[in-house]
Amino acid sequence: MKNTPFTDKHIALGAKMAEFAGYNMPISYTGINDEHAAVRKNAGVFDVSHMGEFILKGEGALDLIQRVTSNDASKLKNGQAQYSCLPNEEGGIVDDLLVYCIEENKVYMLVVNASNIDKDWNWIQKYNQPAGQAGTAAVEMHNISDKTCLLAIQGPNATKILQPLTEIDILNLKYYTFTKGKFAGVDNVVISATGYTGAGGVEIYFEDKDGAADKIWDAIFAAGGPQGLKPVGLGARDTLRLEMGFCLYGNDIDDTTSPLEAGLGWITKFTKDFTSKEIFARQKAEGVERKLVGFEMIEKGIPRQGYEIKDFTGATIGHVTSGTQSPSLGKAIGMGYVRTNFAALDTNIYIKVRDKLLQAKVAKIPFS
Amino acid sequence: MNFPAELRYTKDHEWVSIEGNVATIGITDFAQRELGDIVYVEVDTIGKPLEAGAVFGTVEAVKTVSDLFLPVSGTIIELNPALANSPESVNTDPYGEGWMVKMTVNNPADVEALLDAAAYEAVAG
Repeated sequence: MKNTPFTDKHIALGAKMAEFAGYNMPISYTGINDEHAAVRKNAGVFDVSHMGEFILKGEGALDLIQRVTSNDASKLKNGQAQYSCLPNEEGGIVDDLLVYCIEENKVYMLVVNASNIDKDWNWIQKYNQPAGQAGTAAVEMHNISDKTCLLAIQGPNATKILQPLTEIDILNLKYYTFTKGKFAGVDNVVISATGYTGAGGVEIYFEDKDGAADKIWDAIFAAGGPQGLKPVGLGARDTLRLEMGFCLYGNDIDDTTSPLEAGLGWITKFTKDFTSKEIFARQKAEGVERKLVGFEMIEKGIPRQGYEIKDFTGATIGHVTSGTQSPSLGKAIGMGYVRTNFAALDTNIYIKVRDKLLQAKVAKIPFS
Repeated sequence: MNFPAELRYTKDHEWVSIEGNVATIGITDFAQRELGDIVYVEVDTIGKPLEAGAVFGTVEAVKTVSDLFLPVSGTIIELNPALANSPESVNTDPYGEGWMVKMTVNNPADVEALLDAAAYEAVAG
């Protein structure tokens, strides 16, 4: 099991630790509900250094990214980021990811899920050939995952708490843009106005050398501790993202789900050629047979990944991909695939919780 | 962690106290910490005679769900009504306000045969 540069800090803080994607990660410190509330109302810090980062460099970098991802990376200017996915050749999803444009056409950073680092690397390498253009060199690829730290500081007060640590104007950093500079005395920190909580804030990437990880963690808590900033584990990360209806790879999307089924049509752009474009174009024209929906429980019970979704006759119409008791809303919520004729808002569906069918209804995401 | 000496325990991380032939059952401090924030306790076996080891209900936490096992043979007579509105009391006061069910016990001596606090502490590690 691998550690992150912050593992000792998590243990010293008394975190409940567990293995996630091969890393020893904090699940919670003071309790999921408490940490969740801190992020929604104030600010929290997540160590997500297990995530993977690749640098793609060279004349063909944009062309390679365009061929392997579903979104249109040619729209990105320097300092902009984009949510995207890597489709497989059968119309499923290899992974979802963020594409950072460091230098237009030439230098990009891809941020991928920890559990898929090797899979994604091999997948992109497979396409990293000159695409029929004689004389085009392959794109230079660097896997910088092991040396890259990633902290997400999220919440309505996150940027206000961090601003004194840098001269970069992070209070006014636009959503899905990023910049690089000195942060807490450490050079070359990438500050990105992104996140997986819907609560606002930033994510910061930096290399752990010369004690940078300790220096940054300690500076963040020295600045934020008196203002109620809290460390937050992967447990609350999951409840926060689920309230927003953000997909989690391995739960809501995987090798067998299409981005169009998953509600990711908005990152599937037909303005360019890419893997499985024809399959997605056909799905867009003809419609899909199942859709990922949000739902909330009407009868009391908590939906969990893998539970069956039924219609009122008890016939199976789909399955739950994520579920929890929503800490902010105080009700049980979930996401799952249902046959398309059950996907309309407010449709009654039934979740099989152990031996009972409990009534639920299709709900709008983000949940409210 | 706190394991009161006057209670008896099971390896499934439940505690039992007994008065006459009525036992009160809850989950231990160790169990509530492992489960995390508890959001729902479901028991639909009230009034049914059950054997020791039977699943008598489930406890739902934010992240996970866990079965509840009957420590001794008998019949559940009551679910703690306060848990419907404040399931978090299982976390904050597992041996007090967070009790889960009361049951009539077929053979009160069965309770004495369960683990004592020291033996349970060894199980909980």
